[in-house]
Amino acid sequence: METTYYNPADLKKFGNISELQPELGRKFFDYYGEVFKEGALTEREKALIALAVSHAVQCPYCIDAYTSDCLEKGADENQMMEAVHVAAAIKGGAALVHGVQMMNKIKELTM
Amino acid sequence: MGIPVKSLKAQHHLFADPTYQLEVLRHAGLEEEFPPFAVRLQEHGLYPLRPTGTTILQINLGKMCNQTCRHCHVDAGPDRKEIMTRDTMQLCLDALAKAPHIATVDLTGGAPEMNPDFRWFVEQLYPLGRQIIVRCNLTIILANKKYHDLPLFFKEHGVQVVSSLPYFSASRTDAQRGGGVFEKSIKALQLLNEVGYGQAGSGLQLDLVYNPSGAFLPASQKSLEAEFKRRLLSGYGIVFNNLFCITNLPVSRYLDYLVESDNYGSYMEKLVNAFNPVAAAGVMCRNTVSVGWDGLLYDCDFNQMLELKVAPSAPRHIRDFDLQRLDERAIVLNQHCYGCTAGAGSSCGGETAGK
Repeated sequence: METTYYNPADLKKFGNISELQPELGRKFFDYYGEVFKEGALTEREKALIALAVSHAVQCPYCIDAYTSDCLEKGADENQMMEAVHVAAAIKGGAALVHGVQMMNKIKELTM
Repeated sequence: MGIPVKSLKAQHHLFADPTYQLEVLRHAGLEEEFPPFAVRLQEHGLYPLRPTGTTILQINLGKMCNQTCRHCHVDAGPDRKEIMTRDTMQLCLDALAKAPHIATVDLTGGAPEMNPDFRWFVEQLYPLGRQIIVRCNLTIILANKKYHDLPLFFKEHGVQVVSSLPYFSASRTDAQRGGGVFEKSIKALQLLNEVGYGQAGSGLQLDLVYNPSGAFLPASQKSLEAEFKRRLLSGYGIVFNNLFCITNLPVSRYLDYLVESDNYGSYMEKLVNAFNPVAAAGVMCRNTVSVGWDGLLYDCDFNQMLELKVAPSAPRHIRDFDLQRLDERAIVLNQHCYGCTAGAGSSCGGETAGK
């Protein structure tokens, strides 16, 4: 029995999610593959976005996968850390902007 | 990880022994056994792998080098004294005279320029009218006053310069090639540009080689070339012609790095999973013969470092050079060959699958 919620070896088994729902699984992976192809954005830019999102959603599988992918696509450490800061800024900003809601409520409730 | 100052050989390291390296490649102690490379070729009708016609003679002028790069498959360095003699160079010239179809002579090392007969050899090659490639590590140009005029010497002899620059930043370059290498490489590239190398219309070709500074595969050549051109021009005013992406093969110091950093299994798995039959059909050993510093013949520079000589049916020393018999040989294969067939393929001229 697994003693941790996350096992690095499970990343390789991602494709197995199709076993219980092949049609939706196939559609998801087809879509996934299309999304990461070079388009208006380069593959490297998409890998950096994916790395930032991986941190925002705090997915350890995604962080492993997109750290490797960014290196393979030729991104450097500065670009990768800047991408993580973008995620952190949005996450932090998203928390802080709710301070306005808090201030509105304060105004409503206080003299 | 620090750069070792001494070669593996000088350290009496286990990985200095090609037999031990082959043992590791065969029995990696991994959970998963990787299929033998020859079996993968057989599945695609490519076994035995035979030459398509030799057009390149790659000559290793020796293992001496001013750098001790972390990934070097030659285990080159300042302490390596094995270099080609003028007599052996003459045998190479004799072989070329008998083989007009060999259009390209590719000089490598070590730092080939450190061989005291390097300039003599290039001067003899020049009138033969073949394309001459020198794999220059760039820093050699600045290493000593006697090398400062190399850009001019290259220009006067129509040499195509192919130089390693693993990244357009100092941290990634120096981690692989040694402290201060990036700064010196940039200076050397500017000196090559000054005499016309890489400049449009000059006819002087300057190509760069990218190979990953770690346990990962290279990106697509086209996309990285565009990024290198943009960053080197905006940051340092440097221009060049092509970027060749080369996959690191699990040989010598790179194999040691993989094992030491516990990346060997996952790296081999990446190579094996990325096997591409189109890249396999275009591997460089099909059009290249590699000559060792002592005149022995190999299918490629990696086989040379693993001391896997050409098949016994072919002549095995440059003095016995016979192109027809060489072109009939079966190429010697091992598990490191997965490095040349992964993804878009890899060769001394970069990707192979798109060619």
